[in-house]
Amino acid sequence: MPRTSRHARELAVVAFAQSDHRRRTDELSEVELVMPVLHEVLAATGLKAGEIGFTCSGSSDYLAGRAFSFTMTLDGVGAWPPISESHVEMDGAWALYEAWVKIQTGEADTALVYAYGKSSPGPVRDVLTRQLDPYYLAPLWPDSVALAALQAQALIDAGDTDEPALAAIGARSRAAAGTNPHAQLRGTLPQGDYQVRPLRTGDCPPIGDGAAAVILAAGDTARRLCGRPAWITGIDHRIEAHGLGLRDLTDSPSTRIAAEHAGVFEQPVDTAELHAPFSSQEVVLRKALGLGDTVAVNPSGGTLAANPIMAAGLIRIGEAAARIHRGESDRAVAHATSGPCLQQNLVAVLEGDPR
Amino acid sequence: MTAASPPEVLRAPLVVEFPFTRSLGPVQSAFLTGLRERVVLGVQTADGTVMVPPLEYDPVTAEELRELVEVAPTGTVTTFAWNDHPRPNQPLDTPFAWVLVRLDGAGTALLHALDAPGPDAVRTGMRVRIRWAAERVGAITDIACFEPYDGPVAPAREPAPHDGGFADPVTGIIAPARLDYTYSPGRAQTAYINALAERRSVGERCPSCHKVYVPPRGACPTCGVATTDRVEVGPAGTVTTFCIVNIKAKNLDIEVPYVYAHIALDGAGLALHGRIGGIPYDQVRMGLRVEPVWTEGGRYPDHYRPTGEPDADYDAYKELI
Ligand SMILES: [Zn+2]
Repeated sequence: MPRTSRHARELAVVAFAQSDHRRRTDELSEVELVMPVLHEVLAATGLKAGEIGFTCSGSSDYLAGRAFSFTMTLDGVGAWPPISESHVEMDGAWALYEAWVKIQTGEADTALVYAYGKSSPGPVRDVLTRQLDPYYLAPLWPDSVALAALQAQALIDAGDTDEPALAAIGARSRAAAGTNPHAQLRGTLPQGDYQVRPLRTGDCPPIGDGAAAVILAAGDTARRLCGRPAWITGIDHRIEAHGLGLRDLTDSPSTRIAAEHAGVFEQPVDTAELHAPFSSQEVVLRKALGLGDTVAVNPSGGTLAANPIMAAGLIRIGEAAARIHRGESDRAVAHATSGPCLQQNLVAVLEGDPR
Repeated sequence: MTAASPPEVLRAPLVVEFPFTRSLGPVQSAFLTGLRERVVLGVQTADGTVMVPPLEYDPVTAEELRELVEVAPTGTVTTFAWNDHPRPNQPLDTPFAWVLVRLDGAGTALLHALDAPGPDAVRTGMRVRIRWAAERVGAITDIACFEPYDGPVAPAREPAPHDGGFADPVTGIIAPARLDYTYSPGRAQTAYINALAERRSVGERCPSCHKVYVPPRGACPTCGVATTDRVEVGPAGTVTTFCIVNIKAKNLDIEVPYVYAHIALDGAGLALHGRIGGIPYDQVRMGLRVEPVWTEGGRYPDHYRPTGEPDADYDAYKELI
């Protein structure tokens, strides 16, 4: 199939690595968590830290409960002599977007993007309330599961899904994760009790710690570094109005617009890695992206099998790219989200060269 | 030099607490002051939609919004989620439903809690009304929660314009936030802290550039590799640079002025910082040789004092400044 780039420069994911995601990693500081995946992507490409044109990371201080926690992880990069570096207080997928811009502008030919989340130290459901509207929402402390449950009930009321269908999404994801050695939850698992009704344990992501890294490269550099580069032929991100009561929670127009701009709908995709921390959110994303039954959705197990917050979106791009690297996909869509009820959405199209 | 032994990880409670002080714009001020007075205000967009809670801009057109209208304290649930296990700080401490409620006269929905006997008593479309908090200060929590309401539906009418004027308007909110963490410093720093309690200082040497980091953080920031070879350093060291502190810090029981210094422990590849005692503040100097002083039961040095040795040559520590 022909591959068309809608941007100034051809740009590909050439390497991807992720940690084994676990419930706790008390023995590891954040740099100790991140360093192995940095070494892995550098080794895969043969690049040294000093040869990377731009480095960008994604994380959140609120998970660790410490200010500027991301600066510690730079120790794992090897930042001397000084490197060109940046950080987003968001999922690493947005760090990848910043690196993509940096390469498109010609400021760099290669980029190292990494992200990590250590959710184990704090009460993550409460921690995430601190990202909400501080006037009308945060004082009520509505936790992340509660907000997802409101969205799930809206979907059920609209006839878009029901509890058995949601359970099937959780079961399918965790079964798929059976072949993913990095996943935190694998295989047959009980759907469990209600967390916040209508969502049961099996509809919710595990809480855990983990890290991921990718290397991006432009044009011929990508061809030199990777046997089958995963070309990012389109990428875009959009946001909903921040008031939950202003939105139709059963739909995700921001995902649809980002997908249009990324070129998702121009040709069929064979793989979709969706950042849907809750089973109900997969229903919304499938609708917004128009995914049919022939598309392999979250063959990695997705976020229901491992959810290192702030790395989980970057992992979706990495997993999609890795399938192209391995020849298991020719055209994949990767999606990352941030905020409550799919508030912000990033969509990327990745393609392999024709075989 | 010994290889690092398996970690016995330290853990400690870590409380992050901050009273966020936020100012309000005119629309938010009117809305929150209204709640204090049991009046619910929305804001009207150009197409006539009334937003409750109100924003100061139209989310579609980004136009500024100022047209306030009063809506009813009764409304309809647009979606809900039953919460069997209320979490700290949530509006009710007994099981309740989270609800989005479209108040009568409003076109958008407000998130809050609904006090109901159980999940079967809640459904989308049910009628509810505001239960006001007994004490109201001008905050979203002035709505204590919603409660089921089976009274008559108010006849449809245009929302009444409101000038937003109240005596003593609320112009800001203070939103206290507290999160309780359990902090673990990881392998390298655990080893450092444990050794300090034994009155020893241990660093870690980079296998690539051989620099010894004290305190160790587990990685060499120059080389980007793990530092796993543990090295005992000190106990004595050299003052590489210092400052004289004249400001008395809150909750710190140290007389000013005092000296805060960078100290390169013998064998370390970089300086750590500590307080200098046992010498008048105006006699501290670069090159001064110092040693740590532990207080009874202390897990780390209280301060550093002169050893009495001759000062170190500048050349011996200039790379560590
Ligand atoms: Zn080194």
